[in-house]
Amino acid sequence: MESIDILKSQDHSSGRLLKDKLVLGAVIVLSLITISPIILIIWKLVVEGYRQISLDFLIENTPDTFEAMTAVANGELIPGGIANGIVGTLLMVILASALAIPIGILTGIYLYENQGSFMANITRDISDILQGVPSIVLGLISYLWIVKHITMGFSALAGSVSLAIMMLPMIVRSTEETLKMIPESLKEAALALGVPYHKVILRVLIPTGFSGLITGILLGISRILGETAPLMLTALGSSMINLDMTKPTSAIPLLIWEFYNDPNMVGLIWSSSLLLMAMILVLNLVSKQIVAKRR
Amino acid sequence: MTTNTIAEVKNPILSLNDLSIAYDKNYAVKNVSVEIKKNTVTAIMGPSGCGKSTLLRALNRMHELYENITTEGEALLNGKNIYEMPAIKLRRHMGMVFQRPNPFPTMSIYDNVIAGYKLNGIRTKKVERDEIVERSLRDVALWDEVKDSLFKKGTFLSGGQQQRLCIARALAFSPEVILMDEPTSALDPIATAKIEDLLVKLKEHYTIVLVTHNMSQAARISDYSLFMYLGELVEYGKTKNMFTNPIDPRTEEYLTGKFG
Repeated sequence: MESIDILKSQDHSSGRLLKDKLVLGAVIVLSLITISPIILIIWKLVVEGYRQISLDFLIENTPDTFEAMTAVANGELIPGGIANGIVGTLLMVILASALAIPIGILTGIYLYENQGSFMANITRDISDILQGVPSIVLGLISYLWIVKHITMGFSALAGSVSLAIMMLPMIVRSTEETLKMIPESLKEAALALGVPYHKVILRVLIPTGFSGLITGILLGISRILGETAPLMLTALGSSMINLDMTKPTSAIPLLIWEFYNDPNMVGLIWSSSLLLMAMILVLNLVSKQIVAKRR
Repeated sequence: MTTNTIAEVKNPILSLNDLSIAYDKNYAVKNVSVEIKKNTVTAIMGPSGCGKSTLLRALNRMHELYENITTEGEALLNGKNIYEMPAIKLRRHMGMVFQRPNPFPTMSIYDNVIAGYKLNGIRTKKVERDEIVERSLRDVALWDEVKDSLFKKGTFLSGGQQQRLCIARALAFSPEVILMDEPTSALDPIATAKIEDLLVKLKEHYTIVLVTHNMSQAARISDYSLFMYLGELVEYGKTKNMFTNPIDPRTEEYLTGKFG
């Protein structure tokens, strides 16, 4: 009697093992499907783009159509590089960060300190809505505010403002969430030492949540690094390196769009995309590293 | 019904006169009048929700962090009303130790001890700082354990060591009173015993007010005890007398484990 029971249970278990294997197989296949696009993208960018990457690519301005056409006709590499785009991207990202980081962190602190208050709830909701606003709309707004009224023309400043607005809600949220994770007991410990409230925030809460704040900022930067739509309406583009905030300026994603529209420059699309991807990947890895260290 | 004033105290360091504290008009502490003697350990006992933590926090005005709080009556530290002095100054005279050890995770052991000076921006010479750190860590019997790792993070220490570090942090200002809110409730028995020994030694130089859930702890280390129930002070007296011969029937019931 007993032996039959054992046999039966073995039967059951082999069925379960089979199911287990099937599910495991499905999980592996689906995971592969998930990661395959990113692998294929990077593969394509590397294969098509690596030949154009050189020192010139980083320090030369974009070639004109004629130079590119001649090179393509002779089967040579397209001369020149995307230095104007690299400089423009750095310039606008730095200014956008300078605008968004202080405002975002202060707003985040405000939200953390006033949990449940009417103003804080409204601010949080508006910030969340802002995160969902299409980037081209932010470009339009910046066009109306800055291009039409302040710089009287397309400008790096206008581009930075639209990027800063994009970045703002991410920093607000990450600051608030980071501060919320800090135990109340630390705040109490500092207050019980007679530390004034503003110093508790500046010298205890912010240092304790520092890595969280930095992670939020890095993710925000990597988000705006590849933004194209708002820049089309604000920074416009430029074939030269430009450091004047009130003048039209290029950016890497803008150049990719320009190369796409010029049949002679198509060869540069891949290398520019590769560079942009590499920058964003590095930022993401750095922020992952910071999060890992924090634990 | 109110207070049993067996403990007649001359020159009290702390005196509470008719102190009441309410959250949203619900009284958590009702008309408490107590005089606390210098260089003693005074235990506040009572069942959960009796207002003992609120009373303790009212002594360094940490209760004001909660919203909609009202405080009536007065509390005098060496004859001065604490509700009329700046809270920030008061807290430097009233060290506080919490239930769970809470060293600052970004700071080294050394910086944790000196944190009160650092965070307040009080300038001190390096020699003075070194001296304060060593004195405070010696006071809590932690110096020998950590003197070779002063610049490691305070959070690497064990729970009991962290709690002693937090006591050292409170001692660094040489406060007059140290308020402790169940300081051993998160610790194991050995760490608890160390802290208890420490408190008995510390009362030579400081006055300690201790909230505790643990009656035997109160019996072991306190000189005076307050028994609170539903926000009222039921009984106040020498710990020995209270444990051997409680006056109020509620105290007796609590001490004999009939409720609580």
